[in-house]
Amino acid sequence: MAFENNVDVEHPVHDVRMAAIKNFEEKGFPSKKEEAWKYTSLNSLQKIDFSIFPKEENALEYKDVKRYFIHEIDTYKIVFVDGIYSSYLSETTHDGVDICLMSAALTKPMYKQVIDVYFNKIASKDESLTLLNTAFSREGAYIYIPKNKMPKKPIEILHFSTGNEASLLLQPRNLIIVEENAEVQIIERHQSLTSNDILTNAVTEIFAAKSAIVDFYKIQNDNETASLIDNTYIDQKDKSLVKVHTFSFGGKLIRNNLNFYQNGEYIDSTMKGVTILGEKQHVDHHTLVHHIEPNCESHQDYKGIYGDSSTGVFNGKIIVDKIAQKTNAFQQNNNILISDKASINTKPQLEIFADDVKCSHGCTIGQLDEDALFYLQSRGIPKKEARALLMYAFANNVLSSVRIPELKTRINKLIAKKLGVNLGFDL
Amino acid sequence: MLKIKDLHASVDDKEILRGINLEIKAGEVHAIMGPNGSGKSTLASVIAGNERFEVTQGSIELSGEDLEEVSPEERAHKGVFLSFQYPVEIPGVSVTNFMKTAINESRKARGLEDMPAKDMLKLIREKSELLEIDRKFLSRSLNEGFSGGEKKRNEIFQMAMLEPKVAILDETDSGLDIDALRIVASGVNKLKSKDNAVILITHYQRLLEYIVPDFVHVLHNGKIVKSGGKELALELEEKGYDWLKQETAV
Repeated sequence: MAFENNVDVEHPVHDVRMAAIKNFEEKGFPSKKEEAWKYTSLNSLQKIDFSIFPKEENALEYKDVKRYFIHEIDTYKIVFVDGIYSSYLSETTHDGVDICLMSAALTKPMYKQVIDVYFNKIASKDESLTLLNTAFSREGAYIYIPKNKMPKKPIEILHFSTGNEASLLLQPRNLIIVEENAEVQIIERHQSLTSNDILTNAVTEIFAAKSAIVDFYKIQNDNETASLIDNTYIDQKDKSLVKVHTFSFGGKLIRNNLNFYQNGEYIDSTMKGVTILGEKQHVDHHTLVHHIEPNCESHQDYKGIYGDSSTGVFNGKIIVDKIAQKTNAFQQNNNILISDKASINTKPQLEIFADDVKCSHGCTIGQLDEDALFYLQSRGIPKKEARALLMYAFANNVLSSVRIPELKTRINKLIAKKLGVNLGFDL
Repeated sequence: MLKIKDLHASVDDKEILRGINLEIKAGEVHAIMGPNGSGKSTLASVIAGNERFEVTQGSIELSGEDLEEVSPEERAHKGVFLSFQYPVEIPGVSVTNFMKTAINESRKARGLEDMPAKDMLKLIREKSELLEIDRKFLSRSLNEGFSGGEKKRNEIFQMAMLEPKVAILDETDSGLDIDALRIVASGVNKLKSKDNAVILITHYQRLLEYIVPDFVHVLHNGKIVKSGGKELALELEEKGYDWLKQETAV
């Protein structure tokens, strides 16, 4: 591979990138032989000849992509088209907070101090896909919320791909720093507008300082030729509260590597997910919560509904270090299979070295409750709609904690659409 | 209105109903009583079309139409209503939205447009007053966290909204305190007319003091073993159900 023409040797993170390239070359892509990739194969994706550095991006009109924004409310927007920043579609700010671009943060001297402290500090140094991103990523969102601040409105990060290349590999890199007692709400979405193959290998680093609050929503509803590998790393300090909601409704293959590191006490980490799949879609949720200090909590609640020949994976790893006494770690993964050909592999993975902890985990795989179905039908609701209502009710627990009402409405609409019903009211 | 002929039904190859004959005319109230396990709830489920039960013999006719091939939702559209002993909880769907869906699906089946929002609100207000239901209650998730009494009252509220031809109330009195029982019974009495019919399924005579039946039937081992007027209920209350065992033994 000839990267030299595209790699800026003068770049401040050049050394980090070179080290990542070297490391990646040693490791290569993960294979199914590795435990963490047992149920998700990247073989078919590796056969595609992806362009790594796209040429021209196609111009997009706001009216054509408006529906992918939470346009009912005012938001900050960081928008990328084919991996390149679109100032036309974006609304960034430096007014008290920084909501802008990684490329700017990595090159402008005023950000150097922050970059030195945070960039690539929590992201894995030996997970090969993260290394690949570290090596070649050029753009992404940079969000810095200083102490005691909260942006006036939620932030949307949108990645569009237009099919300007036969097949495109996108590697966005986000850095989000939320200082002491600051708060932020972020909605992230990857959307392909083409039937060309798209693979996104994203890395997001989030640093939540003491008493910071972060609400992160991932909308994964891409088309059948778009795949996503999402690597998110979260570092939390004392009393911080970070919630990540992941809504996986579409895409060819999705792998979510969601990693929480609790570097402090009285931390709360929450991971929630709703997955509704059909056709041959595949979603793999790999979560990790590392309880490093005492007196912290983690909550995981993932609901999955699998139809057609779709396949799912949930692997929830919880590590409780020896000194992390009084840890409360909860994990729940419930699944409904609505087709004989659909399947789910669910596995809790607990490594507990402390003795005074509360850890609970539960996973279920079932079908829809026939008695409940009969109840709804007996009220005149046809079977299809009745099934949809039950599935919605099943996923509802996860939705109840979405704090942006317009986003919740949007998710409800996506669910109704995904379930193929019109219930005559907004779910 | 409802004609049940020699009805046999089983679940998992176990026969539960063994030849039920029952005719219910418009304007009538029938009570079906009997000990636990006699098949009362199964009969209610089978009339409403629960596919968990297999009808192996006999027939159910509603206004002259055989219901054999009719789905539960179509039965509802034709005017069958079942008040459940254990209503199902549906988190995230409010009572109001649920009723909107149910009513509009039924209208759709009859080729009607959706009910205008204004009319719907008016109807909801009227019927909730009938059952002394608080407005706040209507925006709660259906049956989620409802007390036993609230669930039953909500069932009768749904009945009031849907205005069925034949309403089957399965153990509606269980779990109700005396005040709730009075409200529910008075609601049912107000909904009763010469054009509809009510089937009360109950273990005890208590409910029948408030909703007075025209006929009382005793179900035992999947068969109606005795029928009579409302005085039969009192007799049962006094004697219990032990005599049935002796009688069937003979």
